Amino acid sequence: MTLTADSVPHLPRHVRFRFDAARNCHVLLAPEMVIMPDAIAVAVLDAVDGIASVGAIADTLAARYEAPREAVLADCIEMLNDLARKGMIAS
Amino acid sequence: MNDLAPATVNAARHAPAPPLAMLMELTHRCPLKCPYCSNPLAMDRARDEMSTETWKRVISEAAALGALQGHFSGGEPMVRDDLVELVRHAHREGLYTNLITSAVLLDKRRMDELAEAGLDHVQISFQGSETALADHIAGLRHAHVKKLAAARLVRGAGLALTVNAVMHRRNLHQLPAMLDLAVEAGAQRIEVAHVQYYGWALKNRAALIPTRAQLDEATRIVEVARQKLEGVLNIDYVVPDYYASRPKACMGGWARRFFNVTPSGKVLPCHAAETIGHLHFDTVQEKSLAEIWAHSEAFNVYRGTEWMPEPCKGCDRAEIDWGGCRCQALALTGDAAATDPACGLSPHHAMMKELAVAESAAGAEDFAYRMIS
Repeated sequence: MTLTADSVPHLPRHVRFRFDAARNCHVLLAPEMVIMPDAIAVAVLDAVDGIASVGAIADTLAARYEAPREAVLADCIEMLNDLARKGMIAS
Repeated sequence: MNDLAPATVNAARHAPAPPLAMLMELTHRCPLKCPYCSNPLAMDRARDEMSTETWKRVISEAAALGALQGHFSGGEPMVRDDLVELVRHAHREGLYTNLITSAVLLDKRRMDELAEAGLDHVQISFQGSETALADHIAGLRHAHVKKLAAARLVRGAGLALTVNAVMHRRNLHQLPAMLDLAVEAGAQRIEVAHVQYYGWALKNRAALIPTRAQLDEATRIVEVARQKLEGVLNIDYVVPDYYASRPKACMGGWARRFFNVTPSGKVLPCHAAETIGHLHFDTVQEKSLAEIWAHSEAFNVYRGTEWMPEPCKGCDRAEIDWGGCRCQALALTGDAAATDPACGLSPHHAMMKELAVAESAAGAEDFAYRMIS
């Protein structure tokens, strides 16, 4: 599975994304796996709601951070595909 | 196994980083009698088990301490009537909840209750790929067909499923069929775990340890399957130390990421730690988990690198394998603070390999089933 701008990503039922107060950072949890995403990944994952497409997520983030939309979209696709390969994002 | 930047955890005098995971051995009771059980030879009885309220307090303390994953295990955790209540509590406290089970007691009603309570992931052990051998190893008739049915329930409920394939000399020829079984069951993961020889497995080592040829064939099968099944099934592979040249980072390092709570409330750095007879383990009845994690003598004695002997001390792999396994060092060298003999630099390394070669060639048939004596 490869995500494109038109894909609508969501977290599978068995993946949890939350803030961890003990470490003061966000964590992405799956079977036998703990990932601590960086600030950019957190912004993308916050926008993953099972409704917005990858393109729409890139639009939102590009506007919020006043960054070039094509570069943001490329980053989003790369990051989400990396998580999809680990089974932590579905579409 | 965890995809994490290595945390810096040093000697006892510094506050240790929070643990990642807590293993809860709710009970030592189990309908199965697997001869390689990870429970200690001397098991807790039902009357020694902690109450629901105490377990809930322990779960809350673990979450506050920073544990992210809560593994419900045993024995067979499903023999506890309060399992659903404990899973719900752990889920509310933010733990990622994992049930490690033989699954022979899992029916549709309890599956639905567990899913509704917030259970995230189920790991089902399989003793073989077909009924005759699997039921023989488990020491329980009809166990295998019940497990297959339970796997379907897990997937039906939309939960993640891992197949735990525990491998040894008696069932390694079934490894390809075990991989097929995992795919057909809809599992996302399989742990192909060669038996680790502590406790019951150490007692039964002569009947279980694979030959070198068997191990090499298993490794080849896993490598081929990893390519063929990429994106379908993740394969975790645990090799037996006896044929290794470097030790595993047991528990990711003593008291770095993990702790275990026994049915009666002892807090251990690993599930086999009680084999190290001279250590004293604090209990959740006496102290908080936070105090135990930071200050328990049993956690600090082998935490970090300062305790290490030669050749571990100063080794460039000291913070990769953390000196290997303390329980194995004790079992094979008589000294829990020795370098794990799985390391090629250990003076006991050749002896360990010779043991494996000799015992696997002798081909002992008899093993002792796990039981509460």
